[in-house]
Amino acid sequence: MTVSPLAAWRDRLAALAPVLDVAEVPFRSQLTVRVSDPDAIAAMGATLGVLFPSAACTFTSGTGRFGDVEVLWLGPDEFLVTASPGLRVTIEEVLRGALGTVRGSVVDTSAQRTTVVLQGAQGREVLAHGCSVDLHPAAAPVGTCVQTLLARTGIVLQVTGEDTLTVLVRSSFAEYFAAWLADACTEYLAVP
Amino acid sequence: MSFRTDTGGAIDRNTLLRFTFNGVEHTGHPGDTLASALLANGVHEIGSSVKLGRPRGVVAAGSEDPTSLVQVEAPFSEPMLLATTVELYDGLVARGLAGQGKLSSEPDPARYDAKHEHCDVLVVGAGPAGLVAALTAARSGARVVLVDEQNQAGGALLGVDEYLDDRPSAEWVADIVAELKSTPDVLVLERTTAFGMYQDGFVLALQKRTDHLGFAAPASVARQRVWRIRTRQTVLATGAHERPVVFADNDRPGIMLASSARTFLHHYGVLPGSRAVVFTTNDSAYCAAIDLAESGVDIAVVVDARPEAPARLAAECAARGIEVRAGQLVTGTEGPGRVTAVQVGDDRIACDALLVSGGWNPVVSLFSQARGTLRYDAELGAFVPGRELATVRVAGSATGELDLTACTRQGRDAGAGAAAAAGFTSGSQVPLPASDSRCTARSGLVLWRVPGNDDASFVDLQRDSTVADVLRATGAGLRSLEHIKRYTTIGTAHDQGKTSGMIAAGIVAEALGVELSEQRPTTFRPPFTSVSFAALAGRDRGDLHDPVRVTSIHPWHVQHGALFENVGQWKRPWYYPQPGEDLHAAVLRECRATRESVGMMDGSTLGKIDVQGRDAGEFLDMLYTNMMSNLKVGKIRYGVMCGVDGMVIDDGTVIRVGEERYIVTTTTGNAAKVLDWMEEWLQTEWPHLDVHCTSVTEHWATIPLVGPKSRAVLAAVAPSLDVSNEAFEFMTWHDTEVAGVPARVCRISFSGELAYEINVTAWHGLAVWEALMAAGERYGITPYGTETMHVLRAEKGYPIIGQETDATVTPQDLGMSWAVSKKKPDFIGKRSFARAENNRSDRKQLVGLLPVDPAVLLPEGSQIVETDRLPEPPVRMLGHVTSSYPSAALGRTFALALVRSGHERIGETLYVPVEDSLVPVTVTESVLYDKEGARRDG
Amino acid sequence: MQLIPCPWCGPREEAEFHYGGQAHVAYPGDPSALSDEEWARYVFFRENPSGPFAERWSHNAGCRRWFNAVRDTRTHDLLAVYRVGEPMPEVTA
Ligand SMILES: [Zn+2]
Repeated sequence: MTVSPLAAWRDRLAALAPVLDVAEVPFRSQLTVRVSDPDAIAAMGATLGVLFPSAACTFTSGTGRFGDVEVLWLGPDEFLVTASPGLRVTIEEVLRGALGTVRGSVVDTSAQRTTVVLQGAQGREVLAHGCSVDLHPAAAPVGTCVQTLLARTGIVLQVTGEDTLTVLVRSSFAEYFAAWLADACTEYLAVP
Repeated sequence: MSFRTDTGGAIDRNTLLRFTFNGVEHTGHPGDTLASALLANGVHEIGSSVKLGRPRGVVAAGSEDPTSLVQVEAPFSEPMLLATTVELYDGLVARGLAGQGKLSSEPDPARYDAKHEHCDVLVVGAGPAGLVAALTAARSGARVVLVDEQNQAGGALLGVDEYLDDRPSAEWVADIVAELKSTPDVLVLERTTAFGMYQDGFVLALQKRTDHLGFAAPASVARQRVWRIRTRQTVLATGAHERPVVFADNDRPGIMLASSARTFLHHYGVLPGSRAVVFTTNDSAYCAAIDLAESGVDIAVVVDARPEAPARLAAECAARGIEVRAGQLVTGTEGPGRVTAVQVGDDRIACDALLVSGGWNPVVSLFSQARGTLRYDAELGAFVPGRELATVRVAGSATGELDLTACTRQGRDAGAGAAAAAGFTSGSQVPLPASDSRCTARSGLVLWRVPGNDDASFVDLQRDSTVADVLRATGAGLRSLEHIKRYTTIGTAHDQGKTSGMIAAGIVAEALGVELSEQRPTTFRPPFTSVSFAALAGRDRGDLHDPVRVTSIHPWHVQHGALFENVGQWKRPWYYPQPGEDLHAAVLRECRATRESVGMMDGSTLGKIDVQGRDAGEFLDMLYTNMMSNLKVGKIRYGVMCGVDGMVIDDGTVIRVGEERYIVTTTTGNAAKVLDWMEEWLQTEWPHLDVHCTSVTEHWATIPLVGPKSRAVLAAVAPSLDVSNEAFEFMTWHDTEVAGVPARVCRISFSGELAYEINVTAWHGLAVWEALMAAGERYGITPYGTETMHVLRAEKGYPIIGQETDATVTPQDLGMSWAVSKKKPDFIGKRSFARAENNRSDRKQLVGLLPVDPAVLLPEGSQIVETDRLPEPPVRMLGHVTSSYPSAALGRTFALALVRSGHERIGETLYVPVEDSLVPVTVTESVLYDKEGARRDG
Repeated sequence: MQLIPCPWCGPREEAEFHYGGQAHVAYPGDPSALSDEEWARYVFFRENPSGPFAERWSHNAGCRRWFNAVRDTRTHDLLAVYRVGEPMPEVTA
């Protein structure tokens, strides 16, 4: 019996649909990887079927033995590997194997953050009420991944599609994020 | 009597709006401000002045007005609004103010929000210069934001009846706005005042979005929005404010700036009165005189302070039968309230309006806020922008330029320059319009004041500050404008001295006999216009005021009636009252159940950090006062962390999960701080160490299961785990399954009881909690909150970081020398332990206190003194009570305290002042319960 | 709201950062070899210049990296940022 941080918010988030399709994507497998050795990074990428991002503030995606996998740049030697639910234990083992004896770490942080996908043309507008990073498509194209503040919580924001944004938020802040998002949509719901 | 013209103005005469002012019902039209509607009804007396109670009216038509302060009463009570900036709506109720208003005691029901906006070029002001600048930048492909405080673009053009390129200027404006609005990545914000300009192109602007809708404002739409604009380049086309001239009794209602009277005529279709005197030092007021005369106002006389009137304009006046007197001054006014007559030389001229122009002050506030320097322009009599900034350009009358074509040329240059600086090449050129204005852009005479009764010559009308006040300041020896501003309060009202500041500077310079070019103007500070706290708070109110962090088990706590305590941003169960129980009763019950059978709490908020790497042990040895590298895999050790000053900053347990891997826990409040602390040392001091730290605080749900029956409960839900004392020793951990869920169980205790800490992924937290509750039912398992946790640990003398410590407390002070390694060559804080200050025998040390009367509960924070009578002050304080509780286990109250030389005082009687009495207490060791540790193994 | 140019993430709002005091104050190699005064100097004493000042910042809400910056304390202007381990660059205030 598992409960995700925003389970109780499913209906309230769904009710934002005229403005944004918002849904928690719960129980994603998430591994925090700390590594800077290029060979180890390449080996980890190879085993997942995805190239690790080489540019700051971006993410990459690919498909391999664990299905669709994304690798998010979180810092110069820090990545977050995300994949479908149920894979966290195996991916941790595989990444640890690829790391070998090279300096670095792999930590299962799957329940540390939850994933919320926002789909709709007004997503960037809505988040601009609380996010100081420029979300204009020219400044934040698909593939962007920034760690920043949204209102009063930290988030990881991925631009996953022209009109799709993926937000990773710390589990304990998830309800605050959901409440903030629902409130931010109030005006857009009223004025279509 | 109506002072509304039959035609003209941007008002809808076909629609009537009813409103109430000072209890009297009036009507106005859409397009009116409260001020224009009042003037149209012949109402000039708005309020009274703050100190002297003199009647005050409307001086200016816009946000620079110093006097028309009102309190809007409906739909929502809001004080200190300017009648000139309140757009009229049906049902508006307002009253004039005596200089200050009253905040509503009701919560404001409106929404307020904020939005971030990024652009290449921000243009402030949608007058002719700003419009051309914005369009020029927009045509280059730049992202452009244009903000303007009025409800429609046009700026100064809104107040005149002039043609541009042989068509009404409104058409020229409309064309530009239409093109701007249809250009991608251009945002035009009306009713938006840029009120603050900060570093790195950061500009705050307040947009009034639904104020003008009154009762019809939709509740779901934010009434006001603070735009947080980040721009690469800025063009300030903020225009100029007309400057008055100071003379005796210059504060009567009916005395108005000439250009404002012209604006009321052309923009609102309102006449300032029936018979007006015009007093000017420059050409521009002639246009007001001529336009008003053509609209039916009897212009009694144009008084021109210059020795010679401008020939062409004087001829135009003559053609309309308007007398012009050059080389004369207005020296005083009369009237019971509103002006009824004006003194010009020896003549007393009856009138009901006096229109004044003393020249123009460029609006340089934002430029100055952006650290632009100002320069005095002697011809203009005003401070103007000095050197251009790398990212801020100024265009239009904000530079002191008064000719319209020249202003728009500046706008075009500034727009193109800003776009180029942002990396855009110019698009097709915006043509500059030709104006038919009869008023040339000649500067006039600089005249600050007409000598007269200094006590009735008002410099700052809102502050009731007079020429006499200024002279008193200079007479007292003040020379700096900043000092004089504070001494006289000139420029400190809602209007920030928009119409008074320059005049005050001029009068000061005259009084001191110095050149204004040598005077430094007062610093302009945000906000340019008043901004309500509600707007600044935006949506950070109520539930969104501060994030509430909750654990995965939180819904259960809510369901079971827990009361919550805020620990940092976390909501933690404080206690779980049963019907009829207060805090004390509930906590006594929870404590007793835990010590006698089994209790359970949600410890998920504890900070948890995964520390990995070959050098993890070495690293932790440096961070903790005790040794961690020799901890065996499978074992757990308590650790204390100090700053370099040797003071305790956190404590927790260190779990060795592998040869190169530890999990450390931190206190709830310090989780982020400790991780930052670790990263700081790793990144800045010891980058050579092979160690990585990762927060897993929220990955894990943590449930301490506490009490003699905890072993039985755990055994019931973890069948594959050998829970015997031999197989599962104190300070060890095992990976197992609890309630069918992979779990890490640690045998640690924060209460002295047999206890286990069960860790599962947060997704499973609630299910495992419920399974434990079910398994513990036969033992009366009792959920407990932070209060019981505090009592249980205090009975054992365990300190809480932040309660027993305050950044001045060492491990030794806490009686924890046992946790300080003697073997390690170094660790953070070690060297400080050898400092003389750290070895004083009179340091405050942690002890227990037992009130002699076992029923007396000492208030936490109480001071401690040595004698049973208070000596004469200063009284020597020995320390203070850090924790104090009634104890079920001890059958009495007890406390922990930090006391000077506390460890030496054990057995002594000290005294705690509580209200009027001195409560005797016995000093004891800090451990009060189960000193021999017999309960640890169950 | 000032922008601080993180050497990794680029300019971000000041609210994302955490201040770390004066830069280039190294932890002494052997604290036990220092006199009380020398140790106190390390623990308690920092420069407080009017003008360019090398200090540490952490991009807390972003990449969590510490870096150094030269800030003009008179204007708050950041004259340069550089990574930990790099020498302080020449700046003109
Ligand atoms: Zn960064």
